[in-house]
Amino acid sequence: MSVAGSALLTASGGDAPARVQMGATLGFHIILACIGIAMPTIVLLAEYIGLKRHNSVALLLAQRWSRALGVLVAVGTVTGTVLSFEMGLLWPGLMREYGAVLGMPFGFEGVFFLLEAVFTAIYIYGWGRLSGWKHFWTGVPIAVSGIGGAMSVVAVNAWMNQPEGFQVVNGQVTQIEPWQVFFNHASAYETPHMILAAYMVSGFLAASIYAAGILRGRRDRYHFTGFAIPFAVAAVLTPVQLIVGDTAARAVAADQPTKFAAIEYVETTGTHVPEYLGGIYVNGHVYGALRIPSMDSLLVGFSPGTKVIGWESVPAELRPPAVTLLHLCFDAMVGIGSLLLLLALWFLVAYWRRRTLPNTRLFWRLGLLGGPAAVLAMECGWIVTEIGRQPWVVYGYLKTADAVTANNVTPALTAIVIVYAGLGIGAIMLLRAMSRRWRAADSPDIRGPVAERALQPVWRRRR
Amino acid sequence: MIATVVGCVLLAVITAYATFGGADFGAGFWNLLAGGDVAGQRPRKLIEDSITPVWESNHVWLIFALVLFWTGYPKAFSAVMSADAVPLWLAALGIVLRGAAFAFSKETLGLGGRRALGATFALSSVLTPFFMGCVVGGIATGAVQADATSSDPASWTSATSILCGILFVGACAYLAAVYLVWEAGRRHDLELQTYFVHRAQVAGTATGLVSVATLVHLRDANGLLFDRLTGRALPLVILAGVCGVLALGMLITRRLRGLREVAWLGVAAVVWGWGIAQYPTMLPGTSLTISNGAPTATLDTLVVLAVFAFVVVTPSFLLLFWLHGRQLLTSDESEPT
Repeated sequence: MSVAGSALLTASGGDAPARVQMGATLGFHIILACIGIAMPTIVLLAEYIGLKRHNSVALLLAQRWSRALGVLVAVGTVTGTVLSFEMGLLWPGLMREYGAVLGMPFGFEGVFFLLEAVFTAIYIYGWGRLSGWKHFWTGVPIAVSGIGGAMSVVAVNAWMNQPEGFQVVNGQVTQIEPWQVFFNHASAYETPHMILAAYMVSGFLAASIYAAGILRGRRDRYHFTGFAIPFAVAAVLTPVQLIVGDTAARAVAADQPTKFAAIEYVETTGTHVPEYLGGIYVNGHVYGALRIPSMDSLLVGFSPGTKVIGWESVPAELRPPAVTLLHLCFDAMVGIGSLLLLLALWFLVAYWRRRTLPNTRLFWRLGLLGGPAAVLAMECGWIVTEIGRQPWVVYGYLKTADAVTANNVTPALTAIVIVYAGLGIGAIMLLRAMSRRWRAADSPDIRGPVAERALQPVWRRRR
Repeated sequence: MIATVVGCVLLAVITAYATFGGADFGAGFWNLLAGGDVAGQRPRKLIEDSITPVWESNHVWLIFALVLFWTGYPKAFSAVMSADAVPLWLAALGIVLRGAAFAFSKETLGLGGRRALGATFALSSVLTPFFMGCVVGGIATGAVQADATSSDPASWTSATSILCGILFVGACAYLAAVYLVWEAGRRHDLELQTYFVHRAQVAGTATGLVSVATLVHLRDANGLLFDRLTGRALPLVILAGVCGVLALGMLITRRLRGLREVAWLGVAAVVWGWGIAQYPTMLPGTSLTISNGAPTATLDTLVVLAVFAFVVVTPSFLLLFWLHGRQLLTSDESEPT
């Protein structure tokens, strides 16, 4: 929340408070949204292993994760509602002009969200009352509608980046083709990129919690299982995410050239464009970066001669603000993604060679960092896509400054920051209290120290 | 034609929110008035058990209504969101506080923490419907200008708006009490059933009186709306009145079979009465009618969406309510078997 919020603050102007508010509330909600999208699948996987292999630890974890999920989904429900209000309260100009265009994907999101809420309730509160596999199947619609909902919402954001499926005639929006809006070109890469990010955030974050326990000496079946299931999901998907992300970057270079130019510090259009890793941009100079000649051209078009469009191709007032921020956020996202890939490969290779989890403190330390790092990478990605589109809210059609409300939103912003800080702290305190309560309740069979065999992931162990 | 269909879909979604989500707000109202820790313990437990598995699903109708509103009628939507920004921000804040406090209090064991969260839940459950009522009252009486671009206190602070806010709180409390009568009966808890029968009687009477007061006030304050409510919407107004009186009679004579349905129908009739009364205008008193909505292509898709929603959501909700009714959904901590 503070990441996106402070980042947006750097761009001043009449629309700054509204943008800070949108950034802060979206940056907060997106973490819960990731958990809502992906965590049900991870919980179901644990329940599946538990039922299939008669593994009581996996089953217990699935039940507890779903209780934690209950709290987080409730918070996500209300923070998501705030975003719905904000669409109108902060951006009445956007809704007035384009509400009829971007509304349809939101409508489908609403339906998926209804389904998600209904089946989440059945799943969470059905533990113990609905029997084994019957209970498992009530969870499957949550996972499916989570993906459907993510597709719908990301479709709107992708459309804002690459608007299509309508025409503007004499200032009036006409010829709306709702399905073209839904399946716009940018959604083809933004949607999988976000869904994979949701799985990485949920998987690495859940695994982090158990890595922390293992580092504190709780080397037991409960913790190894709690680590292995979510981590495996994230680890398997991380390589896929790097391929999708790479494709997305090339598509951004082609379709949103000013955003791409800001990300890569490309001032003027040209060939043999260098790649800068890190570094800050001040008055036409890049300081402190690792400069790789022609690399950017090579990444965009697989040849050093590839032309990359610079931001000077558009007038100064149409260029994204805060290029240093955009560049560093992009580098942080890619950098963290690459490090997570290495960590995932370590896990996958160890499993392939010895059929066990890697057993060094370094691995658990990195596993602990993996969750927060994945969240940071995802937030950086949103900062890049949102600030990189500025000054436009609908790229090439509507400026953010023309969409913003005339009302003073500072009081609302203040209230929201206070309430959300309370929400965040409250949620974390509550999850910790639940964990303490469970720890006290568990039998030594689950929590006691175990032989090295426990390092074998649960899906291999038979009772 | 298609604009009218979408308008009906919007009104149906609002009805679902008002009668299901509204009752969850009303449950918070009774939580607020349940008294001290000892006296209030049993009614609070019933309230918590009744709304725990369903409130989020009921709440999502609001999001769906907002989406339909802005997609189908973008101009009216942005005018309302600009003019009524203050009560809408307060309602949004109330929603956050209520939902979070409720979700947190279930997992919080300490008495002090539970008290603070319970108070937050209860208080925001009353304020949120009040502010929503103010907004709806303002829309219905034509206080929102079609070209509004900034906050306009006049659009939600008229006497009618305030009366509407009180009416919303009352209707929520009334519905909640009626549903809780049924919940207590289902658990064979006659003592709690009597407790909520009394509260349903009081809330029903109060809400009825506020309704009549609002109607009388409208005769002078907004002749157009009054004429329409007593003209083309009269059958629905009568239906609402009959349902209210009938429900009250059932509560007094303790013939409780079908009470929920009668009370539900009464509130739904009020929502539809409002819709019929202001049809075809979106913002009464302005030139913005239902036909100034989104282009046809969008409206067509919204109808497709509504059909899709009906087909997939209805059975899901029936399953949820059925399982909840059979007490197969519980927040009690139990180990998996």
